[in-house]
Amino acid sequence: DPCPQWPYCRKRCSYCNFNTYVVPAVDEAVLRSCLVREAQTLLRLSQVHSITSVFFGGGTPSLASPGTVAAVLEAVAGAAHLPAGAEVTLEANPSSTSTSRLAGFRAAGVNRLSIGVQSLDDTELRMLGREHTAAEARKAVEAARELFPGRTSIDLLFGLPRQSRDAWAQRLEAALRLCDDHISLYQLTLEKGTALAAQVRGGALPAPSQDLLADMYQTARTVLVAAGFRHYEVSNFARKGALSTHNLSYWRADQYIGVGPGAHGRFVLSGEGGCSREARVQTLEPVAWMREVQSQGHGTRSRVVLSLLEQLEELLTLGLRTDEGITHERWGHFSPQLSLQAVFGEPGEARALQQEGWLVLDSGGLRCTWAGLAVLDSLLPDLLWQLQRV
Amino acid sequence: MALAGRAALRWGTRLPSPCPLCRPAWLPAACQRPYSSRGKEKLDMSTYPVESIRNFSIIAHVDHGKSTLADRLLEITGTISKTDRNKQVLDKLQVERERGITVKAQSASLFYNHEGINYLLNLIDTPGHVDFSYEVSRSLSACQGVILVVDANEGIQAQTVANFYLAFEAQLSIIPVINKIDLKNADPERVEKQIEKLFDIPTDECIRISAKQGTNVEKVLQKVIEKIPPPQCNTADPLKALVFDSTFDHYRGVIANIALFGGEIAKGHKIVSAHTNKRYEVHEVGILSPNEQPTHKLYAGQVGYLIAGMKEVTEAQIGDTLFLYKQPVEPLPGFKSVKPMVFAGMYPIDQTEYNNLKSALERLTLNDSSVTVHRDSSLALGAGWRLGFLGLLHMEVFNQRLEQEYNMSVILTAPTVPYKAVLSSAKLIKEYGKDQITIINPAQFPDKLSVSEYLEPTVLGTIVTPPEYIGKIITLCQDRRGVQKDMLYIDENRVMLKYLFPLNEIVVDFYDALKSLSSGYASFDYEDAGYQSADLIKMDILLNGNPVEELATVIHKDKAHAAGKLLCERLKETIPRQLFEIAIQAAIGKKIIARETLKAYRKNVVAKCYGGDITRKMKLLRRQAEGKRLMRKIGNVEVPRDAFIRVLKRETDK
Repeated sequence: DPCPQWPYCRKRCSYCNFNTYVVPAVDEAVLRSCLVREAQTLLRLSQVHSITSVFFGGGTPSLASPGTVAAVLEAVAGAAHLPAGAEVTLEANPSSTSTSRLAGFRAAGVNRLSIGVQSLDDTELRMLGREHTAAEARKAVEAARELFPGRTSIDLLFGLPRQSRDAWAQRLEAALRLCDDHISLYQLTLEKGTALAAQVRGGALPAPSQDLLADMYQTARTVLVAAGFRHYEVSNFARKGALSTHNLSYWRADQYIGVGPGAHGRFVLSGEGGCSREARVQTLEPVAWMREVQSQGHGTRSRVVLSLLEQLEELLTLGLRTDEGITHERWGHFSPQLSLQAVFGEPGEARALQQEGWLVLDSGGLRCTWAGLAVLDSLLPDLLWQLQRV
Repeated sequence: MALAGRAALRWGTRLPSPCPLCRPAWLPAACQRPYSSRGKEKLDMSTYPVESIRNFSIIAHVDHGKSTLADRLLEITGTISKTDRNKQVLDKLQVERERGITVKAQSASLFYNHEGINYLLNLIDTPGHVDFSYEVSRSLSACQGVILVVDANEGIQAQTVANFYLAFEAQLSIIPVINKIDLKNADPERVEKQIEKLFDIPTDECIRISAKQGTNVEKVLQKVIEKIPPPQCNTADPLKALVFDSTFDHYRGVIANIALFGGEIAKGHKIVSAHTNKRYEVHEVGILSPNEQPTHKLYAGQVGYLIAGMKEVTEAQIGDTLFLYKQPVEPLPGFKSVKPMVFAGMYPIDQTEYNNLKSALERLTLNDSSVTVHRDSSLALGAGWRLGFLGLLHMEVFNQRLEQEYNMSVILTAPTVPYKAVLSSAKLIKEYGKDQITIINPAQFPDKLSVSEYLEPTVLGTIVTPPEYIGKIITLCQDRRGVQKDMLYIDENRVMLKYLFPLNEIVVDFYDALKSLSSGYASFDYEDAGYQSADLIKMDILLNGNPVEELATVIHKDKAHAAGKLLCERLKETIPRQLFEIAIQAAIGKKIIARETLKAYRKNVVAKCYGGDITRKMKLLRRQAEGKRLMRKIGNVEVPRDAFIRVLKRETDK
C-alpha cells in the first residue's frame, strides 16, 4: 500500500521531529511529477497487483492541492489495481481544511480524513506551536464529518506539560462530543531536538510524572471503551468497524511502499525477481530526493534485505500493539517452520510473562492483556531475546 | 610494569632519537624492539670502579617536580638528547602520562665527567603517590643517597615528611633541593627554614633550582658526586646481587633489575637464587639508560638488569639475593613483602570471558607483583578473583591498565580492607586451623557469635595544611574516627597533624575530601599502624529480599546506617524501573536499617509506531534485547552489569 509523503509544513510544531520542511514557496508541479514518477517506479518494482489503501502523510499533505493528490492516485491506479473500495486517507491540519478544499480532496479520490486536532484548548495549542485554535479545530472536524461521514479520524495529544488529570478528562469528554468513529490518542513524546523538549529540559516547563501519564492513559482507555470504542492499537480507538485499514497494515507487517522524501517502505521486489522483504528509506531532503527521482525514477537512499529473524522481530513488535495480537496464521505466513507455540509456548521469558498476566498465548495467537499493552516496551526485549535464542 | 625498552611501542614512537639502539624504520610495529643488541657494541663497564659510582633516588611529594628533574639529569648527562618532548621520560605507562603520576620505579644509568673523572650515576626514579610508597622504600635499598625535592611555592608536604623519614631511617645521604624557583610565588627562603626546622638540615645545604628551566641542575649532579658515598663493596668478593625490581617480557622472560653488592656478573655465569635455590645461566646483562643496553659484565656497585631464563616473575622475587653457583653468600636482608591495603573481587562480565580475563590478569600481574591474586568464586558472579591492591588509586590504575592494555571490562566489587577476627568458636578454629583469621571478602565475615573480637587495620596519617583549614580538617578526621596523635606548626604557614585512622575510613575518599575542603592545599600520607579492636558488622544490600553480593560490605557499626541509606538512594537512581515494585534495602543480619522503593512501570509503550518509526524502534529494541545477556539477575530483578560499579564509583567521585 503506498503512503506518499508531503514533506512541507507552513510552520514547525514545537514537539515535532518529523522530516518536514518549512519553505517560502513550494514548486508543486515538480514535486507532483516526482511523487507520480516514484510511485510508478516503486509499484513496478514491487509488482503489486492490488492496492488496499493509500495514505497521504507528511508534513502537512493537506497543503498540497487536490490536483496533486489526484495525480498520485491516477498514477497508482495506472500501475496497479486500485479498487473502488480502497481506503484513501489524507492527513489534514485544521488550518488547511476549508470545506471547499476538503471537497476538492474528496473529488480527487480521498475517502478518509485524519485531522490533527491535538488539543481542544487554546493554551495547549499555543504551547504545541499549532497554527489553529480550538474553535477552528472544531469547525474543521465538523466540516470533515459532513464530507467524510464515518471516515473522519481525529488525533489528540495527552501528557502535555502542566496538563492535569482532570483537564485531560475534560478534553476527552469534549473530543467525544466532537469526534466521528475513530480517535488516535498519543502520549506526547518529548523528542530530542524539539523546542518543547528543550523547554522541559531547561526547566521552563515541567515534565509530567510517570504516574500521571499512566493515569491519563488508563482514563482514556476506560472512557473510550465505555463510549463503545474498540481499543484496537496502543494509541488507536474505533467504533462501528472504522479501523484504519492502512495503519493496520503496518501492525500486521504487510507490505507497504513509501513514496516521497524520507518515506519508509517494506516490500518484496518481485519486479526484480526477488523474494525477500526489503526495508527501504527514501532520501530525506526534498530537493535531493527530487533530483534523484528525476534522474533514476526513484530516490531510494537505502535498501536492506530483512532476514527472517528481523522480519519476525518486526512482526512481534508491531503485532503486539494490536488487540488481535499476532495470529497463528500471520506468524505462519512468515515462519512456516517454527510455530508461535514452538517459540513462545516453551518455558522461558514469554511463559513467565503469561504467568504474570501480561501476555496471552492461545488459539487466537499471541497478544497482550489489558495490563500488558500499557507496558509493552518492557515485554518486548524479553520476547526478542527469547526469539533470538531459538 | 613495563620499563622503557620493554614497552617498545610507546618508547619507540614517542622518543625516536634518544635511544641509541633504535629500530629501523621499516620494521613493522609488532617487532619494534629498540633494545635489540644485534650488531651493536657492548659497553665495557670495567672502566667504572666502585669509587666512581653513585646510586641515588629522587624523592618528593607528588607534583613537586621529580620527573622533570629526572628528565633534565638525563639530558645533561647525554643519556637522552635535549628536546622539548622530554616530559616525564621515565613515566612509560599510558596511565602515568595521563594522570601525571609515577606508578612504577624506573632506573637509568647516567655517565658524567666531573673534574676529569668519569662517573657512573645510577638514578632510580620513584613513584609519587601514597599508594606506592612501598616502591620508594624498595628503590632506596639500592641507593646510598637521595635528592629530596621540595616545591619552592608549596613547601614541605605530607609526602615530603614521609619520604624524608624513609631515607633517614635507611641512613642515606640527603641532598635537599628546592625546585620551581622560577615561579612567581616561589619563596625558597621559607622552604629552607621549614627544612631546617623539620629535618634539621642547615639552610645553606639546600640547592635552589628550576628543573623546568635547567637552572642549577648541574650543581645537583656535582653534589651527588660530592655528598653521596660510593657503594661499599668489592669486585673481588663473590657475587652478591640484590633483585630490587622485575618485569616480564614476552620474548625474553623475566628481566630482573639488580644492584651488585659484590663480585661481577656476565653472560654464561651460573647463578643461584637464595630464595628458591634454583639455578640459572645468565643470558644477558646490561645497564638501563633508560632502555636496556647490554654490557659485557656488571661489576660490584653497579646497577643494571639481568636475563637468565626465569620464566615467571615469582622466580625473581624482589628482595632476593643472587650468587654464583657453588659460591653461596650471606643473603642481603630482603624487603618487607608488599602488604595489600584494599581488596576487591574481580569477575568477568560474562563467564565466557573468564579465560581471556585470566590471561590478561596473569600478564598484567607479571609486571605488577604488588597485586595479590586469589581465585574466588561466588554463586552470583561466577568464577573470578579476589585481588589485593596497595590503595584505591592502585586499584583504579590496575583496572585502567586492564582496559587500556588488554581491552578487558570487568565487574569489580566494593573495595574492602583486610579485617581480622579472633575466633571463639571451637568449630571454626578447627576449621581454619588457627584462632585468628583475616577477612578479605565480606562473604566470609564470621558471625558475631563465633567471634570474641573483630580487628581493623589502622594507619598513622600525616596531614600538612595551611592553618586556616585546621578546623575543618579536624572535623573531617573525627568524622572518620581518627584519633589525634600530634600537631606541630612547621612555620606560620604550615601545620602538620598526625592522626591514627582506621584504614577503611581513609581508603576510599578521604584524600578527595581533604583536598576539596582545603581548596587543594592540604596534603596527606599514611603508613601502616597495625590493628585495633573494632565494632564491625557486615551490611548486606537486598533487592526484593535477595542479597547483592557485589555490595556486601564490612563496616563499623556507627557508620552502617548512613552508608546503607546512601547506597539505597543511589541504587534507586541507577536501577531501571521494572514491571514490579522493587524494595531496595540495607540489612544487618535480619534487621533492615534503610529502605528505598522503586515503583513498578505502569506505562511503558511508545505512542507512535508507524512505517517510518519502525526502523528506529527495532534498533532500540534489539539493543535492549542484547542487553538482556548482560543483565545481572538478582532474584527476579534485572540490574545492568555496570549499575553497581556506578554506585560504588560515585562514592569515590564524591
